[in-house]
Amino acid sequence: MDGSIKTTEIMKSGAEALLRALKDQGVDVIFGYPGGAVLPIYDAIFQQNAIRHILVRHEQAAVHAAEGYARSTGKVGVVLVTSGPGATNAVTGLVDALMDSIPIVCLTGQVPTHLIGNDAFQEADTTGITRQATKHNYLVKRSEDLSRVVHEAFHVAKTGRPGPVLIDLPKDILINPAPYAEPNGLPHRSYRPRTAPDARKVAEAVALMKRAERPIVYSGGGVINAGPEAAKLLMEFVRLTGFPCTSTLMGLGAYPASDPQFLGMLGMHGTYEANMVMHGCDVMLNMGARFDDRVTGRLNAFSPGSKKIHVDIDPSSINKSVVVDVAIVGDATETLRALIAAWKADTQTQDREALAKWWQQIDVWRSKNSLRFTQNRDPGSIIKPQYAIERLYKATRGIAKDTYVTTEVGQHQMWAAQHFKFDKPNRWMTSGGLGTMGYGLPAAMGVQVANPDALVIDIAGEASILMNIQEMGTLAQYRLPVKIFILNNQYMGMVRQWQELLHGNRYSESYSAALPDFVKLAESFHAVGLRAEKVEDLDKVIAEMLAVDRPVIADICVDQKENVFPMIPSGAAHNEMLLGPEHKANAGGYGGGSVTDEGLVLV
Amino acid sequence: MVEQNNGNRSATISVLVENESGVLARVIGLFSGRGYNIDSLTVAPVERDRSKSRITIVTSGTEMVIEQIKAQLGRLVPVYRVQDLSKDGPHLARELALIKVVGIGDARQEALRLADAFRARVIDASTESFIFELTGATDKLDAFLDLMRPLGLAEVSRTGVAAIARGKSTIE
Ligand SMILES: Cc1cc2nc3c(=O)[nH]c(=O)nc-3n(C[C@H](O)[C@H](O)[C@H](O)COP(=O)(O)OP(=O)(O)OC[C@H]3O[C@@H](n4cnc5c(N)ncnc54)[C@H](O)[C@@H]3O)c2cc1C
Ligand SMILES: Cc1ncc(C[n+]2csc(CCOP(=O)(O)OP(=O)(O)O)c2C)c(N)n1
Ligand SMILES: [Mg+2]
Repeated sequence: MDGSIKTTEIMKSGAEALLRALKDQGVDVIFGYPGGAVLPIYDAIFQQNAIRHILVRHEQAAVHAAEGYARSTGKVGVVLVTSGPGATNAVTGLVDALMDSIPIVCLTGQVPTHLIGNDAFQEADTTGITRQATKHNYLVKRSEDLSRVVHEAFHVAKTGRPGPVLIDLPKDILINPAPYAEPNGLPHRSYRPRTAPDARKVAEAVALMKRAERPIVYSGGGVINAGPEAAKLLMEFVRLTGFPCTSTLMGLGAYPASDPQFLGMLGMHGTYEANMVMHGCDVMLNMGARFDDRVTGRLNAFSPGSKKIHVDIDPSSINKSVVVDVAIVGDATETLRALIAAWKADTQTQDREALAKWWQQIDVWRSKNSLRFTQNRDPGSIIKPQYAIERLYKATRGIAKDTYVTTEVGQHQMWAAQHFKFDKPNRWMTSGGLGTMGYGLPAAMGVQVANPDALVIDIAGEASILMNIQEMGTLAQYRLPVKIFILNNQYMGMVRQWQELLHGNRYSESYSAALPDFVKLAESFHAVGLRAEKVEDLDKVIAEMLAVDRPVIADICVDQKENVFPMIPSGAAHNEMLLGPEHKANAGGYGGGSVTDEGLVLV
Repeated sequence: MVEQNNGNRSATISVLVENESGVLARVIGLFSGRGYNIDSLTVAPVERDRSKSRITIVTSGTEMVIEQIKAQLGRLVPVYRVQDLSKDGPHLARELALIKVVGIGDARQEALRLADAFRARVIDASTESFIFELTGATDKLDAFLDLMRPLGLAEVSRTGVAAIARGKSTIE
């Protein structure tokens, strides 16, 4: 995507060349916030209609909105912010996108080239600051590089392992005339991600899997990154093999949650059956997941007896923390296709009897019903957070709209992952790798912009929502009917849970004191405010929230003391899971509390 | 391949990169950000049009860490090629040192004698000092410096390691 500029056309200004490049890259919307250094771009935006600009209320939110846009459409999300504080405000969003492999192009203004390095007004070393926060970044110092750099940035953002790419644009470059060249389609000089899997490795993987007695497919965000075709192929592969399938937080929706071969999420707050299967399996196929510490638990106790196959487009994900037996560098779509073909071509028959026994064992684990909770239905009873999600999920099934869910970070995020079932990819957006509180509302905004007719819900906590609450203004301005469903437990619940389990019930600074009245807050932002205080209010509030065609904040007052279970404490193994109070009677379950000193230093 | 105790090994890695601004910062940032060691790092353009540079890094770590370092380097957008010289076959590694030794009398004579034995060249001399130029493998330079220390070693400037594979195969 680089190379010499062939057909050039001189544009009146760099800003115009930039917009032309964006248009040629298929951009239809930009999330941004103006300032001195980017005024030439805003001027060019003013004079055209092809690209829509969504004015956010904080630059961090612009990036999360672009993430929501990107994750729900598979396209690159575009951000435009000014120099200095505009750029530094965007950094959290960039790191979030980097950790979760979301394709973003972020355009930042910069002081004119001759002032760079002078501590000029609103100057920040943006490329220096964001070097480790992006997949790649550029400072455009010559007008003749501008259009090539923009095209290249899109290519880098969306190919290979996707990620955020930043382009720093000095003001003189934006003002001076600039040549424009269309994308030339040539391969990049140095950047050539590999997508086709090695056929020998694929055959090796199939040979292992054909002989498996206790297999598992562990699928991850890479399947979502690869696109909806990968999800279809994953389904086909799982059906073909009869294997059980589990998913990471980032991969939810790639395999339909309602399918009997799906075991639910694995990891720290995964289901009992998913984690026990990971612990006891003899062959594991990791498809586009990265053996995150939230998933593996204590490394030396992670799935001790299994042969591991790892498919990932990024060679650095392979053998990073877990050593695998078969490493396949490749795109999930291409690799799944190759695996399906090789499986069919291989003459070795499967040990169906062993597989049936494995499923029997899985059913025993499953029957534990590890996500079980008890909701008292007597009028006046306090709402359990899990119940609130369950009712919300049920209610959304009854409506014709496509439903998208974003979350903030904390207990509510985990309950959403456990109790909201996703049957399609790209419907679930959450901040997994960085765990950024304040992600959900702006992300939902971006999803709603991209999918105007869809139902978009941000499942939030009362603490997280305050981190980007200013975006209520954006919802109002663009009439984005996002539903904010706050599980209000009046605590930073996830922090409180760790303090209860690991720090002797000392709830240091985790109480959400002096909360706003969320109903009035909604109203002051031209939205609808609703509240459910008792179990009998819940369905009514949900129905009303879904019925109105406006932004809504639903303040759901839930049990303050509820914890997320199952839980694998940091530093513990999968089979050392803590189960909820419902399971107290079961041996080896709740109250095991095996948090080691090494575990305590982990996050 | 130098085996060290505690499962660590030393690795000499050559990286061919696009010669653009910030590329060295990316490489160094990668090492500091992920906590990898840098024992030596050299960089210079190697193409006639100065479009590509070659970075030579000497690092150490467990086999798993070194493989991770190579994968992380390979992931940088301006990187063309990563070659693990200590693993991919025999290679040559050299560095150059400029060594200032200050002294008079016997020590001065002894320094000159040893320099000759090491094939170090005298490139500057005054009545009270020499500057030696010495090229060789890192351990040869280390050995020479150890000898110079009691003889008035005053200042050292070393280039760091440049390395290349033996035979006709190339990094590209
Ligand atoms: C409070 C909290 C609790 C959490 N608890 C859990 C938990 O219980 N369980 C859990 O699973 N997570 C949990 N997480 C999330 C966790 O931190 C990680 O974000 C998540 O596990 C990573 O998911 P992943 O392995 O699917 O990788 P991702 O981060 O989605 O990475 C995708 C991988 O796929 C690769 N890839 C990208 N594109 C392709 C392609 N086209 N083809 C092939 N490969 C590709 C990438 O190189 C990368 O290695 C929690 C997060 C928070 C904030
Ligand atoms: C920006 C940021 N700061 C701090 C944290 C640490 N943290 C993780 S969860 C959490 C509490 C979240 O509280 P709330 O939004 O009410 O959700 P709950 O856990 O109660 O459902 C905190 C402080 C974080 N993830 N992100
Ligand atoms: Mg809370």
